[in-house]
Amino acid sequence: MTAPVSILHEDNTGTHARIRNDFPALHQRVNGKRLVYLDSAATAFKPRCVIEAVRDVWERDCANIHRGVHTLSQRATQRYEDARVKIGRFIGTDDRRELVFVRGATEAINLVAHSYALPRLGLGDEIVITGLEHHANIVPWQVVRDRTGATLKVVPVSISGEVALSAVEQQLSSKTKIVALAHVSNALGTILRVKEIVNRAHALGAVVLVDGAQAVPHLPVNVMDLGCDFYVFSGHKLYGPDGTGVLFARRELLESMVPYQTGGDMILSVTFEKTLYNELPARFEAGTPNISGAVGLAAAIDFISDVGLEWIFRHEQLLLKFAQEKLSKIEGLRFIGTASDKVGVISFVLEGVHAHDIGTILDAEGIAIRTGHHCAQPVVERMGVAATARASLGMYNDESDIVALAEGIQRVKQMLG
Amino acid sequence: MSDLRDLYQDLILDHGRHPRNFHVPDGCNFHADGYNPLCGDKISVYLKCEADSVLDAGIQGAGCAICMASASTMTEIVKGQKKSEVERLYVTFTDWIVRSSIVKEGELPSKLAAFAGVREFPMRVKCATLAWHTLKAALDGQEVATSEKE
Repeated sequence: MTAPVSILHEDNTGTHARIRNDFPALHQRVNGKRLVYLDSAATAFKPRCVIEAVRDVWERDCANIHRGVHTLSQRATQRYEDARVKIGRFIGTDDRRELVFVRGATEAINLVAHSYALPRLGLGDEIVITGLEHHANIVPWQVVRDRTGATLKVVPVSISGEVALSAVEQQLSSKTKIVALAHVSNALGTILRVKEIVNRAHALGAVVLVDGAQAVPHLPVNVMDLGCDFYVFSGHKLYGPDGTGVLFARRELLESMVPYQTGGDMILSVTFEKTLYNELPARFEAGTPNISGAVGLAAAIDFISDVGLEWIFRHEQLLLKFAQEKLSKIEGLRFIGTASDKVGVISFVLEGVHAHDIGTILDAEGIAIRTGHHCAQPVVERMGVAATARASLGMYNDESDIVALAEGIQRVKQMLG
Repeated sequence: MSDLRDLYQDLILDHGRHPRNFHVPDGCNFHADGYNPLCGDKISVYLKCEADSVLDAGIQGAGCAICMASASTMTEIVKGQKKSEVERLYVTFTDWIVRSSIVKEGELPSKLAAFAGVREFPMRVKCATLAWHTLKAALDGQEVATSEKE
């Protein structure tokens, strides 16, 4: 191949150049080299508008929310609640009561495990997860299993990293009470057929929790269309602040759930004899929340909406194909996770070279990737490897990043191969 | 960052690619498994000890170049040593790698000098110490070890 053909040939509007310009962290040198950031599945960089929104809250509307009659408190409360409405609409609900702010996807899953599952499940009940889950969608269910006597069943993953509907069906039964699955695999990038799985689970009376941490930054998500009961994601992977996240829960389920944490803001009245809990969603938001974070996350969603998730999806898919083509020419490189439907997550191993050595040598070239088991040890082991190197894409990546990665891998081979 | 060549010295590359004593020695009577779950390095250390001496040492497992080279050189170094000397080497080496403590001439075998570059790569320190922690665990009669905390 000669010079890389621009995959953005249809993008004559300069959208991509504008996007790159909006992410300050992209424009730095690391170890003397241009930074090539290919670790957005771990955390995404923040556009300038997010950084400014967070700063603006602290510079102008710095006050606690839902209390205090003063102007700043009112402004902060307004911005926090506006953020909730915006984020709700972003994933397809107009009901602000169905959106609970949390620290991240991990906390959201723990909340559902604690407040929905623990009081309901018992001996004979079953929880179904898939074999490609992140530890955050495994361990909370093991805790529920151990405390309630329920059984935890795991849908096997194919060697290409896919979850077949028939494999899901085999694990589902009238005993299934909860199905918890990733929308997109963090280690492999596989997009799961969530809607079909929800239909099958609902037909048997089970509720479905979808871990959307790796989905919302890359594809349009609509919880009404998916039909799921719970949908969770983290703000920091969505170009927003860390320490933010969202639990979407169908209102009637949320109404019926016991509080997760207790304290201020989640109450209507407290005496030493009795406490009345607050309305939704405040009932699930004890204590002062991450106010600036929620506002920053809303700013991230504005940014994403301006670019358009359709544009982002198409751009990342083209880039993924370009990367697959480019890297497949490297002798000794094997892709881990080759599902036909996947986002821009490229997991690979290099013959005779451990992932950590790949990571260190690429870092010296200014290239940031993730190495290891990606907090999804079972699926990495299922793929027959101890660790992988993972390059993951964000909207700001382009062909030059992939070319640099391919050259970096050649350097790894020169040194260690 | 230091030069990559300081990290991947020839001795490390050689031992990383071709680890020595990669087997379970005959008459092995001490054993422990080392595991760094965050990076996936897994090293098992096997010792044949008699009275107060390590007569033979072997390893099994898989890991990065630093981890394998450290395990490989370790087996060569501890073979035939008194247990007390092996313990001293363990303390001196891990202190030197983790805390960059001053080591006087002759306190560590020259082979280990190849690992000096690891000290400049904080994320890789635990790769160099895993085998040694596993060796210590084997001598102490523990079954598992990790160097994740470094």
